[in-house]
Amino acid sequence: MTENSAWLRTKLTPNSQPWLARIHVDGLLLIGLLALMGVGLVTLYAAGGQDMDLIQRQLVRLGLAMAVMFFVAQIPILAFQRMSIYFYAAGVLMLLGVLFFGVMGKGAQRWLDLGFVRFQPSEIMKLAVPMMVAWYISRFNLPPKIRHIILGFIFVAVPTLLIAKQPDLGTSLLIASSGIFVLFLAGMSWRLISLVTVLASLFAPVMWFFLMKEYQKQRVLTFLNPESDPLGSGYHIIQSKIAIGSGGVQGKGWLQGTQSQLEFLPERHTDFIFAVFSEEFGLLGILALLAVYCYIIIVGLLIAMRAQDAYAKLLAGSLTLTFFVYVFVNIGMVSGLLPVVGVPLPLVSYGGTSMVTLMAGFGILMAVSTQKRLVSRQ
Amino acid sequence: MRFQRITIKDHTAEANLFARRCFIAILFVAVLMTLLISNLYYLQIERYEDYQTRSNGNRIKVLPVAPNRGLIFDRNGVLLAENKPVFSLDIIPEEIENLEQTLADLSVLLNIDKDQIDDFKDDLKKQRRFKPVSLLKRLSNQEVSIFSANQYRFPGVSIEARLARFYPYGSALTHVLGYVARINKKDLQKLSEAGLVANYAATHDIGKLGIEKFHEDKLHGEVGYQEVEINSKGRIIRTLNFQPPIPGQDLVLNIDINLQLEAQKLLNGKRGSIVAMDTQTGGVLALYSSPSYDPNYFVHGISSKRYKVLLDSKDRPLINRATQGQYPPASTIKPHLALAGLEKGVISAETRMFDNGKYQLKNVSHVWRDWVPWGHGWVDVKKSVEVSCDYFFYDLAYRMGIDQISETMSEFGFGDYTGIDLYEESDGNMPSRGWKRARFNEPWYIGDTISVGIGQSYWTATPLQLAQSVTTIVNKGRRLVPQVLSGKMINGKISIEPEKELRPIAIINEDNWDLVLSSMLGVIEEEHGTGRTAFKDTDYRSAGKTGTAQVVSIAQDAEYDADSLKEEHRDNAMYVGYAPYDTPEFSVALALENAGGGGSQAAPIARNLMDYYFENKTQQLSKHD
Repeated sequence: MTENSAWLRTKLTPNSQPWLARIHVDGLLLIGLLALMGVGLVTLYAAGGQDMDLIQRQLVRLGLAMAVMFFVAQIPILAFQRMSIYFYAAGVLMLLGVLFFGVMGKGAQRWLDLGFVRFQPSEIMKLAVPMMVAWYISRFNLPPKIRHIILGFIFVAVPTLLIAKQPDLGTSLLIASSGIFVLFLAGMSWRLISLVTVLASLFAPVMWFFLMKEYQKQRVLTFLNPESDPLGSGYHIIQSKIAIGSGGVQGKGWLQGTQSQLEFLPERHTDFIFAVFSEEFGLLGILALLAVYCYIIIVGLLIAMRAQDAYAKLLAGSLTLTFFVYVFVNIGMVSGLLPVVGVPLPLVSYGGTSMVTLMAGFGILMAVSTQKRLVSRQ
Repeated sequence: MRFQRITIKDHTAEANLFARRCFIAILFVAVLMTLLISNLYYLQIERYEDYQTRSNGNRIKVLPVAPNRGLIFDRNGVLLAENKPVFSLDIIPEEIENLEQTLADLSVLLNIDKDQIDDFKDDLKKQRRFKPVSLLKRLSNQEVSIFSANQYRFPGVSIEARLARFYPYGSALTHVLGYVARINKKDLQKLSEAGLVANYAATHDIGKLGIEKFHEDKLHGEVGYQEVEINSKGRIIRTLNFQPPIPGQDLVLNIDINLQLEAQKLLNGKRGSIVAMDTQTGGVLALYSSPSYDPNYFVHGISSKRYKVLLDSKDRPLINRATQGQYPPASTIKPHLALAGLEKGVISAETRMFDNGKYQLKNVSHVWRDWVPWGHGWVDVKKSVEVSCDYFFYDLAYRMGIDQISETMSEFGFGDYTGIDLYEESDGNMPSRGWKRARFNEPWYIGDTISVGIGQSYWTATPLQLAQSVTTIVNKGRRLVPQVLSGKMINGKISIEPEKELRPIAIINEDNWDLVLSSMLGVIEEEHGTGRTAFKDTDYRSAGKTGTAQVVSIAQDAEYDADSLKEEHRDNAMYVGYAPYDTPEFSVALALENAGGGGSQAAPIARNLMDYYFENKTQQLSKHD
């Protein structure tokens, strides 16, 4: 323990709520998550056209996601560590399964139909990839050697490419970053980082010409110039920017957003919910919302820093930073900074699967946060 | 920073490394957050006004509201053109899931036939998917209730109501009122040239013919605007602001609908036209061209089958014979020529000649026959008009020469538009040397002049021109423009507009007018007057002139025999006249195609119309007493 983290422990460990820690719930993190969910429900009510059914369905999902989080938080870190490689292997197999036997939906092959349930293996990979890379890297001393890093990159690349092929650019981006964050946090040298950056930029044209589908190219072109096709592919982003821009400082007020209430905004309760929020609550609301996100990220990183071993540190840190990627990519695409890829605004957007995965991730964070002392007492 | 290779895990070093990397990650997060926030700041603060405007542009739409078209009344305030609600069955293609199924279901419900479905599909191709297209253009009340009861079964299908023109008198007034019909591409181009497209933004129909077309600017009104909030599907959520349209002006015509209906009755089954004018104002009291057709079909888009029938009919119902029919005026212009001869001093009241039935020029073998084969004997100018002596006018024309005839007759308006407020007008033809040279590249022959003396040869005139010229004679040179429009109806009161005048005919000798007028009276009242039989025992004194126009030239030595000629080769019967003789107020001109003699065929119809006019006038007067 460094002096630094000891200080943090005394400051941030929820000694005041020992009963929460006993059931493996991190109170500080929970406050942030609940705040986000609250904002999400309020915005969803406006975005969905005051549809109470929608709110109820979202509440059911949030409840389920909270249950998953609570359940995951109870699993010992050691169990995660040991499961990592099997979890990852199973995930890759399922992705291959999707490739060959997958079910088409919305122009992409993402689902695996097991007869009783249809699910997306890519969601599993959101957890399995950082777990695998963290497990592999943490077996050796940090910082990792080049060959470990190369292997680590391969662990990241396989599922990333398989998912990009489905195609699901948003998810593959999230998965790639979760793995890369592990390598970064593990202390991958700056020289290597620059090298990887250069290689990645060289890879971009290869992606453009060989991997990306026509609609994805179109999205990128549209992103570069949305006004070129205002009623077609540029419509989303133009309407979204109008919604955000017309919100001004204070916003038009709850349920008063004309862009969203009059249905000009597409996908307004899912991926574009941030535009609804911005229109109705303005820049002040946005700052408050971003503050909540920053709070969660900082709490997450502190949990990672306080973690006992390298595996827990790397996994917790990567999950937290990936959470930030969600926020950045979603807000970036809705406000026209990034091309439109299907990434929801975490815990605010309406939608099931990704929220469950996200909360399972927070379950891991809580496990890391609350089980540490149990480990140290052993 | 370099780390030593060690086999045992150095937890402290790892923790420090990790903490540093976390710190860098936080910096990274902070930079990206700043990027997001500065972009949002740019959108919400820097470009707030721009996006605010675009947001309002999205949600606020200014919808034009069509003004109600002005109504049209007759001189006594009888409604001639009104606006009635019509119901159409509109389909918004975008909102229909299965169009074929919907059409099939609607066909069963409302008995829609295949032609209508095909027409609808044609319209569909021209329209954008979110705009309504009419499947049925006019629903009966029964159809409206049938559909309303079943509306829940047809989302995206609705009944729309709007006001459409209706002409209660149907075919009686077609050639006067004309009609309105849907604005087409050509209309739109004209409107855009006139800078009026905005004013017609919500307007469905535009005047296509007659008064509806000529007075379109008065009848249309000014477009209004409705500022509405709409959703992304274009559905109106609420009205924010409303600037009502200014309705078109209600117009009052000089037409007397009862007289008009009488004219229609009189011409029933005939090909021809009547124009009746108020001699004091130039107002057109009646103007009927037979056969006519029902304009109401055109308002809602006439079917091509029905239109083809009208177009192909050999009776040519689409032509306004009163204003576009160009006929040789025949003997109806003898009073005009007599006046010109007297004025120019070519003849005098005392000029006499002997009509033996055959007019010949020295050294010319051609014989110009009088309509009475043995001639009228000794005639002067007055008697020549009364009995319609051709011989006298052959000689008069010969002595005046074409140049003088052309000049004086042009002063009466022959060969020129009358200036009536209808675009459907022909100018007829007043021949001259220059005209013949330009038209046929031939010199003018003396023989041409002689035929012009009895209103034949190349001379053509419309019944309206004849009515105008008779009115000019009655008014002793004061020339009035025939006007259909009398004025406006403002708050139930008629405000009459002043009559329009043309350059008057200069008169040298007032007596010449009196002589010509009395000769026209002689046509009715003298023993051999050609109109005497037709106008026997009228309650009023009238004057006039008959005319019988040859349609085909008869061989030099052949006799004209109506019964042996094909119908379309028979003579046109013409009549012009006015009444009362002493205080003229009513003039009339009529032309009946291939009907035969003017005195026997045209004059009785003119008399019936005059009878009707004066009978009704006395009735009205007695009512007022």
